[in-house]
Amino acid sequence: MIHVSNLSKYFDEFCAVDQVSFSVNPGEVLGFLGPNGAGKSTTMKMLTGFLAPSSGNISIMGHDVLHDPVAVQRQIGYLPEGAPSYADMTVLASLKFIGKARGFFGHELDVRVEEIVNKVSLESVLNKRVETISKGYRRRLGLAQALIHDPKVLILDEPTDGLDPNQKHQVRELIRNLSADKIVIVSTHILEEVSAVCSRAMILAEGKIVFDGTPGELAAQSDFHNAVTIRLTKKNDTLIALLRELPSVRQVMIGEGDLMTVFPKGGEMILSDINQVLHREGCQVEELHVEVGRLDDVFRKITMTANPSERVA
Amino acid sequence: MSPVYVVLNRELSSYFATPVAYIFIIIFLTLSGVFTFYLGHFFERGQADLSSFFNFIPWLYLVLVPSVAMRLWSEERRSGTIELLMTLPVTTMQLVLAKFLAAWLFIGLALLLTFPLWLTVNYLGDPDNGVILAGYLGAWLMAGGFLAIGSCLSALTKNQIIAFILTLVVCFVLVMSGFPIVQDVFSDWAPQWVVDGLSSLSFLTHFDAISRGVIDLRDIVYFVVLITAWLYATVLAINLKKAD
Repeated sequence: MIHVSNLSKYFDEFCAVDQVSFSVNPGEVLGFLGPNGAGKSTTMKMLTGFLAPSSGNISIMGHDVLHDPVAVQRQIGYLPEGAPSYADMTVLASLKFIGKARGFFGHELDVRVEEIVNKVSLESVLNKRVETISKGYRRRLGLAQALIHDPKVLILDEPTDGLDPNQKHQVRELIRNLSADKIVIVSTHILEEVSAVCSRAMILAEGKIVFDGTPGELAAQSDFHNAVTIRLTKKNDTLIALLRELPSVRQVMIGEGDLMTVFPKGGEMILSDINQVLHREGCQVEELHVEVGRLDDVFRKITMTANPSERVA
Repeated sequence: MSPVYVVLNRELSSYFATPVAYIFIIIFLTLSGVFTFYLGHFFERGQADLSSFFNFIPWLYLVLVPSVAMRLWSEERRSGTIELLMTLPVTTMQLVLAKFLAAWLFIGLALLLTFPLWLTVNYLGDPDNGVILAGYLGAWLMAGGFLAIGSCLSALTKNQIIAFILTLVVCFVLVMSGFPIVQDVFSDWAPQWVVDGLSSLSFLTHFDAISRGVIDLRDIVYFVVLITAWLYATVLAINLKKAD
């Protein structure tokens, strides 16, 4: 259990994190979203005890981060932004170093290292120096360093940044397959990642929490939530007029080609209403689907309201 | 095994993972040979001691020890590994101590490798080996002082060159503060206790005493206090600057 209350961080005059409070329970995978400089990394650094907060409290698994950082750090696995590791060491030596620093020695250390190497597929680069391996491997080494002691709390700062699509998929699988009693906090720029791995999404902007809910609830804030997109074989103006008259329809937007999108009033399900009209008119439909909601729209909408100065630009 | 030992071990092995350690040791040994035999007139003096070696040690340190100390923390901050290191269940004090001890042991090793000088002097004459041992002890303690200063200044910057120059300047001042030239600058306007204090702060004053074979507790305490104070300052510097 993580409990954060009234957490703030100032860098000189600049307020990076502003009175943030939230709790995370075991089993939750929390996605931190937000534009660059929103305070995601700073918050994570304070959770791990790396940075001291300017004010506020953090308690992780019953330990206070300020008063007993070492007890907290024992419970946490942390992947810092950019996945730093010692360039002049081999992958194997790096993992053994982290393992020993976490208190594993002898046979147990070997077992831990072998397990984690298999888990993140590092076998082929074990004896290479970190400076010579690719970005993808480096990121995986960072994950291995964070996971080697099977932590109860996992904090990952942009774990998939700079990976190719296959590697991204692999890392997401890894996060999904972590045992269900862990707390995972992931920061990301990639919105699809939130619906792919997170059970809860939190959007930060200018150091404040501007959204906190499930990825579904986030999508529901989109104008496109439950909108229906239709592609007909040929354009049909009567149909458009009929659709516009439907009581549940707010707006019909004509897109490129023969594409049109029908927006519902207040997020209602309108597929059946539309279907009736299409049947009555005997239209040939090529494509028909219900939109879940466009996350990047919502993201822009939420973070821009928090930061109106950027909206002008 | 304590975390200090684990981190110390990693540090030491990283010296030898790159050519840094070998280059340092070769230069250290070559220069100490040059200083002892040419500038120190080891043979011409006709004395069975190593004072021609120990007299030059502070000047040798001035260039070489900052080059070991400069990477202690700057490199961690530049590469971001400081975040990895400091989120392990290890206190900042333990990390500072581990890194310092690794560098100190490394300089100790370089000092031990000057043993041919000791062999030579024992082959040629009948020196007081107790004085030589005291000289080595003093030299190692002084290396600790240089390193502790370097550790603190390296925590203040991400740039190794800046760390090197700052350490060199501070150490130079501390070596020189016992010399008349520095004393003169202060004696005109500062009260006498400042001038005396400055002289007693000097590395040279205390190192010379030990290397003559006079092991006074005050000289040992000087180095222990100096090292402790600068290492404590390192902890403060890291906590202040790690986020930048």
